[in-house]
Amino acid sequence: MSSAPISLWTRLSNPSHFMRWSGTLAPWLAGLSGLVLALGLYLAWFVAPPDYQQGETVRIMFIHVPAAWLGVFFYGAMSLSAVGTLVWRHPLADVAQRAAAPIGAAFTLICLVTGSLWGKPMWGTYWVWDARLTSMLLLFLIYCGIVALWRTMEDPNRAARAVAILTLVGAVNLPIIKFSVNWWSTLHQPASILRMGGPTIDPSMLYPLLVMILAATLGGTTLHLYAMRTEVMRRRVRTLTIREAERLDAGRVAVTAPPDALPQAL
Amino acid sequence: MDLGPHAGFILASYAFTALVMGALVLNAVRDRRAQARALRGFEALRGSGEGRR
Repeated sequence: MSSAPISLWTRLSNPSHFMRWSGTLAPWLAGLSGLVLALGLYLAWFVAPPDYQQGETVRIMFIHVPAAWLGVFFYGAMSLSAVGTLVWRHPLADVAQRAAAPIGAAFTLICLVTGSLWGKPMWGTYWVWDARLTSMLLLFLIYCGIVALWRTMEDPNRAARAVAILTLVGAVNLPIIKFSVNWWSTLHQPASILRMGGPTIDPSMLYPLLVMILAATLGGTTLHLYAMRTEVMRRRVRTLTIREAERLDAGRVAVTAPPDALPQAL
Repeated sequence: MDLGPHAGFILASYAFTALVMGALVLNAVRDRRAQARALRGFEALRGSGEGRR
């Protein structure tokens, strides 16, 4: 890699630069997400025909599949950030990780609930302990563990390292989610979009689905950018609070103890 | 639009998704406002000269 992309990357990922460029980009990204979502919903509800087997229930797939994709996507992004935290100790890496966890958890929860609501009329049950469903549930529990770990540790730097290790351990689950439908005999159908030989879905449903996936990715990225900016602000507030507490502490010592009594007072 | 016999499941899926996404967005906005308010507080403190004393 030449030095130009590296220097551009270093500049973009500097927290101050990040706050500048993300502040400009976020509203545009939010607007674009809204437009693509509107188009996706129109295609999913008014253009895509009912499936010959699933009937109208196929419309649940237009939210279930994008949610599943984003649940896995955000965990993948968090794993990359975890490497950034552990190897380079980049300040934005753990900011990105912390901001992504609740969003990834929300999408995974949507995937589980909508899958369950599709399963009842199609499979006759809300839940089976099938490898794909169980590995997605495990992903949700890992997300919850990560969010809980962030909240239990006061110092964000210590928390970042612990969370990064937990995230990388949990990343083992990602290939299990993807290949569970091939490795084990599952009730969940095998891959129908990302597979050798191309998608097996009819174009009349595939294109609305792809638009919904794009809309969810844009919306998720917007939310992530927004949450990252909030996280940078939270860290500034924390630094200023500590500085202010130290200043007040120093002032109190100066008022209560005469200078020659300082060593005893401390 | 006739959603057939499973309309309840379809509508519940979309309603749940809207609820979770709405909660996510609201929480993000609330959190941002809280941090922005705290930062404004520090700026006001610095502006009044308290921070330098």
